Amino acid sequence: MNKIPNRAIMCEVLKEAAAKDRNVVVLCSDSRGSGSMTSFADTYPQQFVEVGIAEQNLVSIAAGLASCGKKSFAVSPASFISTRSYEQCKVDCAYSNTNVKLVGISGGVSYGALGMTHHSAQDIAAMSAIPGMRVYLPSDRHQTRKLFEALLQDTQTAYIRLGRNPVEDVYEENNVPFEMNKATVLSEGTDVLLVACGEMVRPIQEAAKLLNSQGISTGALDMYCVKPLDKEGLLKAAKGKRLIVTVEEHAPFGGLGSMVAQVISANDPKKVINLALPDSPVITGTSKEVFEYYGLTGSGIVKTVLEIWKG
Amino acid sequence: MNPLAVKAYDLRQDVLDIIVSGGGGHIGGDMSSMEIMLTLYSRMNVSPEKQNDPNRDRFVLSKGHCVETLYAVLCDKGFLNIEEVKAKFSKFGSEYIGHPHNTLPGIEMNSGSLGHGLSVCVGMALAGRMDQKNYRVYTLMGDGELAEGSVWEGTMAAGHYKLDNLCAVIDRNHLQISGSTEDVMAHHDLHARFAAFDWHVIDVQDGNDVDQLNAAFDEAENTKGMPTVIIANTVKGKGSVLMENKASWHHHLPNAEEYAAISKELKERKEALLRE
Repeated sequence: MNKIPNRAIMCEVLKEAAAKDRNVVVLCSDSRGSGSMTSFADTYPQQFVEVGIAEQNLVSIAAGLASCGKKSFAVSPASFISTRSYEQCKVDCAYSNTNVKLVGISGGVSYGALGMTHHSAQDIAAMSAIPGMRVYLPSDRHQTRKLFEALLQDTQTAYIRLGRNPVEDVYEENNVPFEMNKATVLSEGTDVLLVACGEMVRPIQEAAKLLNSQGISTGALDMYCVKPLDKEGLLKAAKGKRLIVTVEEHAPFGGLGSMVAQVISANDPKKVINLALPDSPVITGTSKEVFEYYGLTGSGIVKTVLEIWKG
Repeated sequence: MNPLAVKAYDLRQDVLDIIVSGGGGHIGGDMSSMEIMLTLYSRMNVSPEKQNDPNRDRFVLSKGHCVETLYAVLCDKGFLNIEEVKAKFSKFGSEYIGHPHNTLPGIEMNSGSLGHGLSVCVGMALAGRMDQKNYRVYTLMGDGELAEGSVWEGTMAAGHYKLDNLCAVIDRNHLQISGSTEDVMAHHDLHARFAAFDWHVIDVQDGNDVDQLNAAFDEAENTKGMPTVIIANTVKGKGSVLMENKASWHHHLPNAEEYAAISKELKERKEALLRE
């Protein structure tokens, strides 16, 4: 059982970068604890900016720093940075073309019973609709490291959603296939394709194994790059399949499922089913309980696929 | 007579031409903020040759709708060409849109949605401090803009971080599109409001007076340990009695008759200044 959350890996990577490059700057909105950034703030106080509970200010200040050559990482709960600061993300980061990486921590339903104010089930849709904004949801700690190492090398803005809790590894430490903006094929298959991002990747990996053991040849694709969506990788993986199932920790509209359906319907029409959170405040519970309730687990995905397959 | 005071009337004519050519613009605020931007650009360490100089001063026009005045001033400073701006402003496919865009020379950040500029400038000022650079950072906000909550987030942060390399200017013309700022959303004692956030506050009695503005910018530069805000009391639509102090001219497009009358008055006022 992995005990290290993805956000802790982000901190590690940013500390390594900050040691070599004084232009790496982290900003928090009273969120250094929840962002696992306390150690960064303590180690590199000159490269850390605390803005208090003011997410709009957080994003604009990050953009101002970036316009003067800083590599800004603004780290704040996903629910707030993505929608409360939405206009600052649109205007000061994307439109003004500043090198601000917007990191939404405790994404999706990570905060569990804290309710809808703290859930970010709209962030993929909102951020993806901004021209020039990239959207990434890494699946495990190893991919998180690769992604942040890659993001440190580019100069464009991006939104990255990370969950709060440790997630089971999808990849092995020394075997992490990663190419920027290219989906990772987890398994091949001929009947069904499962596509997911973020914390839903591990469940589709498990579901693919179970379905294969039951005689349904199932492929699984880690689409951590929701925008730009890897269309080529998706179409290649979808070729010859009879059913595609997308799984995401997001509202049922405007997220990964919508984008996958758009590409499939235009290029290789076939049935696409989207498994997501409901179009309502989610039921109270831990994120694990919420996932189980809505069937967003390995066994839940298997159950849905079997129903459709047999139906 | 300060030559900038005279030039302000030439550039007002440019603004009028830009707006009429483009079929619209925020003429009232353009005219009130002319001396502020002109004076600032006469002092700032910026030039077309230094566009990427890390030591250049920074300016963000937070009240981005007054871009026509910024265009006129940037043309005067050699960043842009006035004939090109007049010909292309707001035209289909043009790069000269109705708000600042940083693909154009001399413009640092895009603006237009109000309440962003000050916070962006806080970031620029923090970067200057981190890099031990001596550049100064300026933003110009409208008084109507101060109703945006994000302005006060930025105000709080600048005071907290004691950013004495940051200077904000308020174009205090007392009018916004719906009428008096005090009727729409009252500011009451703006001086006290900024002072309460640990800012040094300078009230400029006539914000259309270049000498008074220069004195205020001098004082801001010499103020250490806190950011400075200059509350420049200006006249909306300054330059012609047709426009002055009229909220209806916030975004009014002059017709041919009005254009001729304004042009005539701008010329007369300029000549009167030259006779002083």
